[in-house]
Amino acid sequence: MPASLRDLRQRRSSVTTIKKVTRAMELIAASRIVKAQQRAQSSAPYARELTRAVSAVATFSNVEHPLTTESDNPTRAAVLLITSDRGLAGAYSSSVIRAGEELNQLLRENGKTAVSYLAGRKATAFYGFRRREVAGSWEGFSDAPTYAHAREIADALIEAFLKPTEEGGVDEIHVVYTRFVSMLTQKAEVIRLLPLEVVEDTEPPSKSDVLPLYEFEPDAETVLDELLPLYVASRIQYCLLQAAASELASRQRAMKSATDNAQQLIERLTREANQARQAEITQEISEIVGGSAALAEATAGVD
Amino acid sequence: MAEPMQVEVVSADKVIWSGESTNVIAKTTDGEIGILPGHAPVLAVLQPSAVVIFCEDGRKREVVAVDGGFVSVSQGRVSILSEYARLADELSVGEAERELAEAQQRLDSGDGNEEDRKHFQRATAQLRAAQKRQ
Repeated sequence: MPASLRDLRQRRSSVTTIKKVTRAMELIAASRIVKAQQRAQSSAPYARELTRAVSAVATFSNVEHPLTTESDNPTRAAVLLITSDRGLAGAYSSSVIRAGEELNQLLRENGKTAVSYLAGRKATAFYGFRRREVAGSWEGFSDAPTYAHAREIADALIEAFLKPTEEGGVDEIHVVYTRFVSMLTQKAEVIRLLPLEVVEDTEPPSKSDVLPLYEFEPDAETVLDELLPLYVASRIQYCLLQAAASELASRQRAMKSATDNAQQLIERLTREANQARQAEITQEISEIVGGSAALAEATAGVD
Repeated sequence: MAEPMQVEVVSADKVIWSGESTNVIAKTTDGEIGILPGHAPVLAVLQPSAVVIFCEDGRKREVVAVDGGFVSVSQGRVSILSEYARLADELSVGEAERELAEAQQRLDSGDGNEEDRKHFQRATAQLRAAQKRQ
C-alpha cells in the first residue's frame, strides 16, 4: 500500500535535512584536507634534515645503538594503530583495525605476543568492547595532530622498547596507519618503526649530495643518542599527518556519496508524493462526479 | 671574504627562518661554537639556549630560542634543528618570564619528571633569546 501523502512529505523533508548535514560535512572535510596537506608539507624539511643527519652518523661511525639493534629472539612486539576519533569516514578506521588484526595474527604465528598501543577513539572503542588489554592509548587529535602528540607517543614507545622484555618491554614496534596516496586512494599500511632502519631516498644521491666527513660533537655516540629519539618522533609525526589527511579524504568521500544518496532518495520521494497527491485529486473528482450523478438520477426519478 | 652561508632553522612542524648569514653562534654541549663561512663539516648537539645568526654583514641579527636539537654544518649550509624552535621576534620578555615562572613552579611542585625539566629548560632558553633580542 502506498504511504500517505503526509508521510511521504515528512520523509522527504527529513531526508532534505540529512542531505544538508552531509553536504556541510563534505565541505568541511574538503577544506581541512588542504590544511592537513600543508601541515604534512611544512613538516617535510625537518624530516629531511633529520634523515640526512642520521644517515651521516650511521655512515661514518659504527656505533651500536640500542634503538638500532635487533633482538636475537624477539618475543614481544608492540603494534600502534592510528585510527580516527570520529566516525562517518567510510571504512577508514575499520580498514586500519583490520590490517592491525592481520598483523596481530602474523605476529602470533611467529610466536610473538602483540602489545597494543592505540591512537584514536575508534580503536579504543573496538578494543574496549572486546575487553582486550591495551598498553597505551591516545585520543582527541586524529584530524589535527601536532608535534607534541607525536613526541608523547614516541616517548612511550621508546620507553617500552628500551625496557628489558622480561619486565614488560617490547622487542619491536610496528605502526599501522593510512597512507595518503591521493584524494581518491588511501591505503592502510604497516611499517616497522623499531629497531630502526634508516629510510634513505630511493634515488641515487647527486654529486653535491654526497655526505661530507662530519666531525661529531661531543662524539658520534652522544649525537646518535640525541638524534634517534627525534627521528622516531618525526617518523610517528609523519604517520599521524598522513593518517589525518587520509581520514579527512575518506570522510569527504563518504559524505559525498551520502549526499548523492540523499539526493536520489529525495527525487524518489518527491515522485511518490506527487503520485499520491494526484491519486487523491483523482479520487476526489470521481467522488464529486459520482455524487452529482447520483443526485441527478435521484431528482430525475422524482419528476 | 667567503660566500655567506645558507642558514635554515627548522622546528618539527615548519621552517622557522632561512636566509644567508656570515656568522652563527650557537651553544653546544661542549660550549659555544661560532660558525663562519668555510667551517669544517660538523654535527653537534645543542643545549637549550639562544642561537644568534648575524646577517647582512653583521648589521642585522636574528635570535632563535632552541630547546636542544642539533646543528649541522656542511658545504656552506648550516641547518639548526630543534623540536620547539622559536624566533625571538615572536617572543616577549614579559611573556617568557611568566612562562619561566610557571615552569619553575611545576618543576618545584612536581616529582621532577622529564617533561617538567624540559619545559623549564625551554622557558629559560626563550627568556634568554627574548632578552638578547632587545
